[in-house]
Amino acid sequence: MSERYLFRGNHAIAEGAMRAGCRFFAGYPITPQNEIPEYFSARMPDYGGVFLQTESEIAAINMLFGASAAGVRAMTTSSSPGISLMQEGISYSCGADLPMVIANVVRGGPGLGNIAPAQSDYFQATRGGGHGDYRTPVLAPNSVQEMFEFPKLAFELAERYRTPVIILADGLLGQMIEPLEYTFDPVDPKTLPKKDYILDGCKGRERRVIRSYDLRPGYLEKLNFERIKKYQKIEAEEVRYETDHLDDAEFVIIAYGTCSRVAKAAVRLARNNGVKMGLLRPITLWPFPKKMIEELTGKTRLFIVVEMSMGQMIEDVELVVKGKAPVRLIPHPGGGIPTAREIWERFQQFREEL
Amino acid sequence: MRKVYHRPEGLTDTLMRYCPGCGHGIIHRIIAELLVELNIRERTVGIAPVGCSVFADEYFNCDMIQPAHGRGPAVATGLKRANPDLIVFSYQGDGDLAAIGTAEIVHAAARNENFTVIFVNNAIYGMTGGQLAPTTLPNMVSTTTPRGRNTKLAGNPIRVCELLNSLDGPVYINRTSVHTPQWVLKTKKAIKRGFEIQMAKKGFALIEVLSMCPTNWRMSPIESSRWIEEVMSKYYELKLFRDLTKEEK
Ligand SMILES: Cc1ncc(C[n+]2csc(CCOP(=O)(O)OP(=O)(O)O)c2C)c(N)n1
Ligand code: SF4
Repeated sequence: MSERYLFRGNHAIAEGAMRAGCRFFAGYPITPQNEIPEYFSARMPDYGGVFLQTESEIAAINMLFGASAAGVRAMTTSSSPGISLMQEGISYSCGADLPMVIANVVRGGPGLGNIAPAQSDYFQATRGGGHGDYRTPVLAPNSVQEMFEFPKLAFELAERYRTPVIILADGLLGQMIEPLEYTFDPVDPKTLPKKDYILDGCKGRERRVIRSYDLRPGYLEKLNFERIKKYQKIEAEEVRYETDHLDDAEFVIIAYGTCSRVAKAAVRLARNNGVKMGLLRPITLWPFPKKMIEELTGKTRLFIVVEMSMGQMIEDVELVVKGKAPVRLIPHPGGGIPTAREIWERFQQFREEL
Repeated sequence: MRKVYHRPEGLTDTLMRYCPGCGHGIIHRIIAELLVELNIRERTVGIAPVGCSVFADEYFNCDMIQPAHGRGPAVATGLKRANPDLIVFSYQGDGDLAAIGTAEIVHAAARNENFTVIFVNNAIYGMTGGQLAPTTLPNMVSTTTPRGRNTKLAGNPIRVCELLNSLDGPVYINRTSVHTPQWVLKTKKAIKRGFEIQMAKKGFALIEVLSMCPTNWRMSPIESSRWIEEVMSKYYELKLFRDLTKEEK
């Protein structure tokens, strides 16, 4: 169990998914995540599952729609432009309450953008992304170890709440190589509880229907109110975050994914210079750690949001802080990665301007 | 007294909402009878399209799923690959299959996925009120070609069987119609063949069925049948394009 291996992030997420019982993968090549389908294609036969390279991301997400309805743990991965194409299927899957896992190894956008690491799909991931009133849980790993572990967590959440779950990584996490420990035993899908909604033929039971529409007047509204209850439960019970030096912090950085790794180094730099800085790292981007930020608002002199986008997560922070403390942004849209020194220097400017 | 007509067990006890003279109801009945005759109803998952037959998920007495417009073949691929013991059919209109879902059907056919497609070609968009379909005939009037389909502006119709017949993948491709009792029987035979091929795990079968849409053709049911006989079936040739299981013998 405690063997350690050197793994690339993209390989780790694939291995982690199959160990978590994923037995269906469909996807379309796109940089910087090509190693994921390649790894699945090599290993899935050993796990006795299905690997399919599809004609498009639209086909991939709809194959998941079918595979999930058939009851298997199904996953797809892509990068930003491909995830845009999947939005239709994600919306339908939410409307039909089908569990599945979708990993986005984010790259620079909009449009074809570039293939550098980015976090600019934050809005798309946390606001639903497609049409209609829905949300999907979003998990943001920040290490190869978490790339390995989060598919399992994602499948558990997906099945507990019957919802698609997004893993929001970025090109750096996909390409980076780090030591990895197999922290859980492989899940045998046969040992998972049988789902009572799947389509496996109506022998000995009433026929089942999986659909996302209800044209009867008033019914869709009722259904959506029911679904909101599910989202409220997720918001109450599934918030995950990590803290670093927050106990006595006067200045708080909020950052996720790759940025949180850099921010940690910036906190160390600040502490070495006698500045009481701390870090809040959201692990679930939706549900967002609102309560924690609320608690920090009273005692924090300055929030600094570091993100590899133009200022997306900062909106969630400001919604909680509500102007009661200053919030500043260090953005890196389009492929730039912040450095600890840069955060430290920008912080000093921000502090002077307070 | 002998009962000569009854609702097949393959249909639910629901009133169908199709217009009088519509081909969808006839095709539903054929499929429903086959689910029972082939004894596959209890292991079948049907896929309802987006189109007038979106409500097929209420009508067929088997497990049903209703995905996004045109994506039936991808969903069928997911279902069938995840659980090869299922019998899967994808029921699709011409807008669903030959416009928005062109990529999905072509690639499912090329992969020779082991499921059965029933492709209902009524040369028009029924559900949205009679707009141009990829199968609307040249010069045919639709609500978005009010002066008739000018192929220079609106492009040319797509012959799906001929298109798919250029691929190595599919096992069975047939075009039939439901405009006369004889053709209804032939359609039943063709769809039966499609299901049998799937049951024998031989692969992809597509049965295109020319079907009446009296409402949007602005014709009576009888005129609609005659129009298929005299016009539509001249453009869309009724024939068996391929049955690879026969060639094997
Ligand atoms: C993405 C998307 N675009 C458009 C529509 C609207 N729409 C519903 S049915 C339909 C056409 C259906 O025509 P066809 O497939 O020929 O089936 P028919 O109704 O004639 O049986 C369209 C365009 C939709 N539901 N989804
Ligand atoms: S509009 Fe046409 S296809 Fe739709 S139910 Fe009426 S006749 Fe049938």
